[in-house]
Parts: sequence; structure tokens; C-alpha cells
Amino acid sequence: MGKFTKKRGKSNPEVSTASLPDIIFMLLFFFMVVTVLRDADEKVKQNVPSATELTKLEKKSLVNYLRIGKPLPKYQAVYGTKPQLQLGDKIASMEDIPLFIENHRAKVNEAEIPKVISSLKIDGDVTMGIVTDVKTKLRKSGQLKVNYSAKPRAD
Amino acid sequence: MAGKRERKAPEVNAGSMADIAFLLLIFFLVTTTIVVDKGVLVKLPPWSNEPPPEMKLNSRNVYSVLVNANNELLVRGEPKAIKDLRADTKEFIMNPSKKENMAEKPTKAIISLKNDRGTAYKTYLEVYNELKAAYNELRDEEARKRHGKPFEFLDRALQKEIRADIPLVISEAEPTNFGEEN
Repeated sequence: MGKFTKKRGKSNPEVSTASLPDIIFMLLFFFMVVTVLRDADEKVKQNVPSATELTKLEKKSLVNYLRIGKPLPKYQAVYGTKPQLQLGDKIASMEDIPLFIENHRAKVNEAEIPKVISSLKIDGDVTMGIVTDVKTKLRKSGQLKVNYSAKPRAD
Repeated sequence: MAGKRERKAPEVNAGSMADIAFLLLIFFLVTTTIVVDKGVLVKLPPWSNEPPPEMKLNSRNVYSVLVNANNELLVRGEPKAIKDLRADTKEFIMNPSKKENMAEKPTKAIISLKNDRGTAYKTYLEVYNELKAAYNELRDEEARKRHGKPFEFLDRALQKEIRADIPLVISEAEPTNFGEEN
């Protein structure tokens, strides 16, 4: 406070720090809003079942995501209401799986290819038919490590 | 005011506000759990074009689980509720009372899971989860019995030992095709 009274009359204009917290709050809110936790835009309904024997997916770079579910209402005009497979952020067919796996493997360190895990995010209401087809495709592509995505059961 | 020397109005020190905001920012950064992906880990069998070799299995060692398109369970020829599956599987694998119709020993036990193309995925995963849970519980019990510690706290070597003694064998057959798919 002494600073203010030291000089009489016209003191040096000081930069006010009062707005600093506001700036930081703004940053805080900006980051809170902008942070996207999902890597891909979901086009199919994803309500994964719950389970108890869960394993955490450790390294994100070694995981690829295959989603199966009914297309969301806004996409139903294009893709219909039957369960669809979503690779990355677009709806795909079974034939695209080997290429999808291959593309992901190309990005991974060669030594770590055996550690690649496919995370199957499958809606609980889907029937096993399409799931089996996807599993068969994965086996044919040599992608044997699979993780059925599930949420922890609350009990 | 008017008579006195010109003075600034007393200001509240706002300098520390920034620190408080920083503290909040850091608090949120630390506590925010970015949705961790969890799931049931499964190892699929490698694909081969040749039909699997015929294996002579003693039927007492095979625990067959069928899930039909109505999401009903048939375990070794008898209907069963999913909630009873875990305990029943555990009994089958360990066979504590040495029954004639249960696994000779845990290493010989085979779980055979078969579903229909019309089975709901939810049910399938629930059943798979129960079967896996049965094995995990057995391994945990074994770990406590042998080493007095839960399975997850054991050394890698000891875990491996128990895993070898109670191997998880869930064989999935090609699904039947009776039910309606959605």
C-alpha cells in the first residue's frame, strides 16, 4: 500500500491485476467447454452393457474402436434403423474391417503390433449376428485381442 | 472526503484472486477423470480354414452353455438363471465333492459357449462376464489359500502358476441361426 502513497499527485499508471483472475477464469471455462473427450463422433447408439470383470485399456495409441449399434435418429434417413458398424467416424461395412485394422497397425510401432487391442463398443440391444460377423472378420485379420467395452456395474 | 486530502478509495487486494483461480484450475485438471475405457478382455481364437480337429472330450469335462434367441440359458441341458451361473460354474470347475459328472480337475474343464444370431448382445456379455467372473473368483480363492494374498497382489510368477492350474478355457462355437436379428 505504501507504494500508492509514496508519490504525490499523479502517480505512475499501474497495470491493474484485478482482471487477471477473470482472464484465468475465462481460460478455465474455455478449456472446460472445448475439451473433447471423445475421439470420434458417434453415429450409432452406444449404450454399452455393464459388467464386473473389467480390464482397463491402458495405452490409447494401441487401441482401435469398432462401434456397433443402431444409427442415431439424425442418421437414420441415410443408414436405416438396422444396427450398423462404425469404424473411425464413419459408418462402414464388414469388408472395410481388414483395411481399418491394417491402417491402424501402420501407425503403431512394429514391436507393439501384437499388443494392439480392438475395443468393441456395442450397444446392448444389438443381436449377436452382426457381432459374430465382426468377430469373424477380426479373426481373419489376425486381430485377436478384443475388449468388449462395458461400464462398471453399480451394485 | 471533500475537505480531506485527495485519497483513493481503499481497494480490496485482488492479486490473490488469480492464485485462487489457478488453484481451482489445477484442482479440476487433476480430478477430471477422462472417461477411461473399460471392458471385458477376450482373446479370440486364430482363424483357420480347416475344420477344427475332432477332439474326444470326456463329457464330464465339458460345461456347455447355450443362449437362445429369447435370451434363455441352457446349461448342460437344463435351463438356468444367469444369477446362478457363476456359482454353478465354480462348482463344476473345482468339483469339491468329486462328483462323477463334473470336471476331473480344473485343467481339464472346458466351458463351451454357444449362442444364437438372435441373442441380445447384452445377454451374451452378461453370460460371458459370469463365466469369466467364476474363473477370476476361483483364482482369487486359490491365491488366498496358497499365499494368503488376493490374486492381483501376487507376483507375476505366482499369478502365472495359478493361471496354469486354473486355465480359462471358454470355447465359443459358431452361433446357431434360429432367432430373428435386429
